[in-house]
Order: sequence, then structure tokens, then C-alpha cells
Amino acid sequence: MSSETTTKTPEVATVPPPGAATPKRRASQGHRRLLTRRDRLTLGLMAGVPTILHVTLVWVTALASIALAFTTWDGIGFDSITWVGLDNFKELFTNNPQFWPAVEHNVVWFVVLILIPTPLGLFLAVQLDKKVRFSRVYQTAFFLPVVVSLAVTGFVWQLVYNPDTGLINSLIGANKPGHYIDWIGDPHLNLWAILVAACWRHTGYMMILYLAGLKGVDPSLREASSLDGANEWQTFKNVIFPTLRPTNTVVLVVTIIEALRAFDLVFVFNKGAQGTELLSILITNNIIGESSRIGYGSAIAVVLLVISLAVIIPYLISTFRKERSA
Amino acid sequence: MRLSSPGQPLPGTSRRAVLRGLGGAAVLGAGIPLLSACAGSSTSSETKTVTVGSNASDAVPKKAYGDVYAAFTKQSGITVDINTKDHNTFQEQINSYLQGTPDDVFQWFAGYRMQFFAAKGLATPIDDVWKTIGDNFPSAMHDLSKGQDGKYYLVPLTTSPWAVFYRKSVFQKYGYEVPTTWDAYVALCKQMKKDGLVPIAFGDKDAWPAMGSFDQINFRLNGYDFHVELMAGKASWTDAKVRRVFDTWAETLPYHQEGAVGRTWQDAAQTLVAKKAGMYMLGMFVAQQFTNKADLDDLDFFAFPEIDPAYGQDTVEAPTDGIMLSKKPKNHAGSVKLLEFLGTPQAEETYLKADPSLIAASSKADTSAYSALQKKAYEMISGAQHLTQFMDRDSRPDFTSTVMQPALQKFVRNPKDVDSLLSSIERQKKTIFASA
Repeated sequence: MSSETTTKTPEVATVPPPGAATPKRRASQGHRRLLTRRDRLTLGLMAGVPTILHVTLVWVTALASIALAFTTWDGIGFDSITWVGLDNFKELFTNNPQFWPAVEHNVVWFVVLILIPTPLGLFLAVQLDKKVRFSRVYQTAFFLPVVVSLAVTGFVWQLVYNPDTGLINSLIGANKPGHYIDWIGDPHLNLWAILVAACWRHTGYMMILYLAGLKGVDPSLREASSLDGANEWQTFKNVIFPTLRPTNTVVLVVTIIEALRAFDLVFVFNKGAQGTELLSILITNNIIGESSRIGYGSAIAVVLLVISLAVIIPYLISTFRKERSA
Repeated sequence: MRLSSPGQPLPGTSRRAVLRGLGGAAVLGAGIPLLSACAGSSTSSETKTVTVGSNASDAVPKKAYGDVYAAFTKQSGITVDINTKDHNTFQEQINSYLQGTPDDVFQWFAGYRMQFFAAKGLATPIDDVWKTIGDNFPSAMHDLSKGQDGKYYLVPLTTSPWAVFYRKSVFQKYGYEVPTTWDAYVALCKQMKKDGLVPIAFGDKDAWPAMGSFDQINFRLNGYDFHVELMAGKASWTDAKVRRVFDTWAETLPYHQEGAVGRTWQDAAQTLVAKKAGMYMLGMFVAQQFTNKADLDDLDFFAFPEIDPAYGQDTVEAPTDGIMLSKKPKNHAGSVKLLEFLGTPQAEETYLKADPSLIAASSKADTSAYSALQKKAYEMISGAQHLTQFMDRDSRPDFTSTVMQPALQKFVRNPKDVDSLLSSIERQKKTIFASA
């Protein structure tokens, strides 16, 4: 987009205005004359409204929440905001029994999403790309979990895992005293139980991304590799996968985002009880609702922001570097 | 979200609740601007209308409140404009709701949760109302309706006790007797286990039911005054008295239903309905799960057994709901009239006719229409020396929701290592109570 504007502007500016006035006037008024009042208004609105929205909804709120992280505030009246320095963070790092498990679970979430559903999605995409019969049906079936709201996904899986009446325990007879398996409450099980649901959804997402990537692979590459006598696996490993590089970057970013914003599934499943604490849930529990520990909740949000930045900044740097060299 | 309101029959994550919640979430976005619009438009109708913010979103209480307001309109000629929000949503948004343009009067809870907003200046004192209605209420209700400044802020309407619920037919079949002491209670648990029953049904997925268990053992063991001190953040959680509460509780944990942290209270109640469990310690709203009339008639309860004879069974946990006056009511005179009406026994009787799962807060209300269960609850509450509200209504909600709920879930699942749990609670409590 930026390249487009830079190439156009000089062009526009050099068009000599019809009925040329003195060169001096032309230089000073060239731009203005081309843009009528209406143009300027439209431009102002088109650039101004998004800017205002962006600044108020993204920057002001983000900065306000960073500032609030160093205060305590119950959300009632601005005069009740008190500055407490680093106390919130001190409390968070040393006293909150849920904080470190939450960080750990966010990391586990990412690792699992990258290790299981991502290769699985790639595998499905490769299979579906071979023009198998009913390809559309499979695509729809695998992609359906992505379309369904995460809250609904969480609710459905919660029914499957329900320790008393759920599908799993009923099938394996684990809902009797003595054989009880508490998928939702047991902290050794519940995170994995939810991750199964998360993987179920994420596989479909990855499949679609990779399928789109595969459609973009030049067929002549396949042809060339088969002419060279490569078998299917060799073709995939040495020819197809390397050309999927841009898709892989997108997949990585999407998965990191998914891991950091993981919330709805768990919240519906068991509200982030022990074993499934997540940073996003801690923020919600502290800020929303009557508890209104807005300063403290903001401190957790700042931690999440720092983690996100630590992931995103290297990505942006490498992208820009590539763009510049290209 | 995890919003605990033990006095109110809260749906946990039942199928219907989630579906309703999904619909509600969709409406929510559109609802917020509408609410202010409602409040704004009521100015035009001057003194003829009083607006009410209501959290009674469930069908039964909604109709019951509707009946009460209709009776008021009939008597006074003042229209009541009811603005009902989803129960959980109302509670979650109460801060911003009261700071914005709240309705003239709003439904809320007695105890600390009322005093908090009163102290913040978000409610108007109603001492003038209490001059008229004061005689209708027992002294315990007077205390529950006062803010920390000694002024009245709430007109109580309904209440209901927490107790140990059981089925008469089950007790008859096995020849059990109602235990009045702790030893008898534990012995009964043992016997039930031998008889193949789950002695104590339990579900703590919503994280608030365990707070009820803690409360009962705490005020039986340490008395009402200690409950108040502990909830107010004055007593220490590392006190040996608190440790004893957990030890006593741990004694009965093996008799609680397995896997409690993954179970909703509704599912736990179903085991009592199905006669698979012998007892269930919960609020009277457990009766809602007894949809069959014959089952409901079979339901009975007893007060939590005595642990320390010095305190006996003198305290009853009876969460009370009522109505408050917001900070700047548009129609002050009309609101006062409405509050005075709500403080009459007639208003409470109208309410209970439509919602028999609660009892009246007024001691003058007619009890002749009560069911056997309601009568027993009424006697229990009127005979109590102290009424408590429930941990999350007697203490700071930020403390109970972010510290106590996860801590108690942890204890219920793994009752070892209580000391480190308690010192963690105490450390967190200090920070929270230090922030004004």
C-alpha cells in the first residue's frame, strides 16, 4: 500500500494543471487544487475516523491499563485511584498461587498446539489436496469446529467430560464411587482434557491455512520433481514444504496468538479452576465482576502484554528485514 | 462467570443456562445503551413512575417480583418500570451500573455487599422508610439492613436458610436419626457409607458451595463473633481456630461425594433426588431440583450439628435479598412509597405466593400458606440468635472470589498441607484488605 501511494503522488503532482497559471503559483497550489473541498473532507474522514478509533480503543486503553497496573482502584470514582508503585507486581510474583501456574499453562497450550494439531492439520491438508473424493465434505467436517463459537465448543466438551453423566465416564464406567475420574476438577487431568478440545478445533484451522498454501504451490514444481524421480515423501519434504514457508510463518503467529488469548474454552469448561489457570482468566476474574481489583488485574494484563511483545517484536523485525531486502 | 450468589438459586452450567447465556451475551452488547435510554426516558413521566433495576431474571422470581410491583401500582397509582437484567450480569456490572444512571431503586443483597456500596455513597439512606416499616421486622433484620454508619439502606424482602437436607423416606428406610452433635453426624456418615449411600452430596464446580461448608463449621466451632471478625479481615487466617475448622472439615471429607470440583450443585442435588446420597448441606434453593411434587414433599432438613456446646446451633446462615435506593433517585417520593410498600407483610406474602422456595423477611407475614419446609425454615430463622449472610456476602467479594474460592477448591480436592494454604490466604488477604 505504501509503495502504491509513493508511486502515485509524484505522478499526480507533475500533471500540469489545465490552463496553466504562473509556475510559482503552481508549485505552491498544485496539491490543493487537485483536491477539491469534498476530496479533502472525504480524506479527512477516512483517515481521521480510523485514527481516532485506533487511538482511543487501542493506544489510550493500553496505556491506561499500563498506568493502572501501578495503582489500586476499585473502579468507583477516579479519586479512589491510589499509586502503589510495583506492589501489584510484587504481590503477583510472590504471593499469588495462581500466577505461575497460569504462565506455565499458557506455554503448555502453545507447545501442545504446535506439536499436535499443526502437523495433523498439515497432514489433512496434504491428503485433501490430492483431489480425493468428497474432498469438500471432509473439508467442511474438519473445518466445522473452527466455525463454531469456542464457548459452544467448551460447553459441548464439558458435557462429554461431565464426571457423572458425561459420555466418557459413562462408557468406561468411571462414574461409580471408587473408580471416579474427575476430568474437569482434577488438576492433573483437566488441562489435558481441555487441550484435546482445543486441538480438535485447531486442527481444522491449520488444515484450512495449509490447504490454502498448498493451492498456491506451482504445479510445475510437482511435475519437475516427479520427472526427477522423487517419491511422494521426497517431493513433499524437499519441494512442497519449503514453498510453504510463508504459510508456516502465518501458522506460527496464529498459534502463538491462540495460545495467548486462550480463554473462552476454559472459562466455559471449568472457569479456570486449579490446573487450568490462564493469564486471561486471572485478568477477567480480577477486573470484571464485583471484585474490581482493577489495578491488580491490569498488572496481570501488563505481564501478558510483555509476553506478547516478546513474541511479536522479533517476528515484526524479521518480517520488515525481509521486506526491505526484497 | 463464576458469580456466586448462594442465596439466589443460581443456575450453574446447565444446558439451558448456557443456551440462555449465549442469547444473553448477544443481547448484552445492545443492552447497555438501552439501559441508560430507559432511565432517561422515565423523567418525562415525572412522579408517576418509579424505575426498578431487577436481577430477578429467572422465571419464578421474575413473576413474583412482577406481582409485587403490580400490587403496588394498584394501591398507589404509581407505575413501576421494571428493568430486568440477567442475574449474573447484573451482579458483574453492579459497579458501573450504580455509578452511571441507575434506576430509582434496585434489588440487592443484605450484609457487607450492601454496606460496601452504601459506604461508597452509591446508595441513599432510608431511615425515614424504616420509621414506618421498622416494626414489621425482627431485630436481626434491622442489623442486616444497616450500613456501617448505622443508617438503614435496605428493605429486606426474602430470605432462606442453609441447612443439611435429606429425604425422609431414606432416613426411614435405614432407620437413621437426625444428628444434633458432630459425633453423631460423623457416625451417621460412616453408617451411610456402609449402607452403600454417598453420605454427603457435594459439588463445588461453581466454587461457592464450599464457602457455605466452611461457614457452617466455622461458626459452630468458633462462634458468630469470630465469623464476623474473620470475614471483616480482622482475625488472621493462620489463627489456630481457622486451622481447627479445616481439620474438622477434613474429618468428613472422605464422606463427601468424590470429584466435587468437577460437579455443579445441580448435579449433586440430583444424587439426593435419586436417593443415592443421604444428605446435602446447601441453601433451601436445593428444593428447586425437586421438580416432582412427591419428591419435594419427601424433602426435609436439619440444622448443621452442634460442634462446640458453647455456641450450640445459635447461628443460622440465611442470605437475605432486598431493595435499595440508588444515589440520586429521579422520583424520590415515589421510591420511598414503593420501599414502604415492600416493607409490609402484604408485599412479602404476594411475593411468596409466586415463589415458595423462600420465606419472608418480615416476622409479621402470614405463615399459614407456607409449606412444611417453609414453616420449618421460618422457625429456624426466627429462633436464631445470629444470622449470617454467606462468606461472599459477609466479606469483600474481591477477596472471596479471587482468593477463597480457588483456595477452598484446592482444600476440598486435597485436604493435606492446610498450613501453607492458610498462610497463602493470609498473605493475599492482607494485601486486599490493605487496599481501601
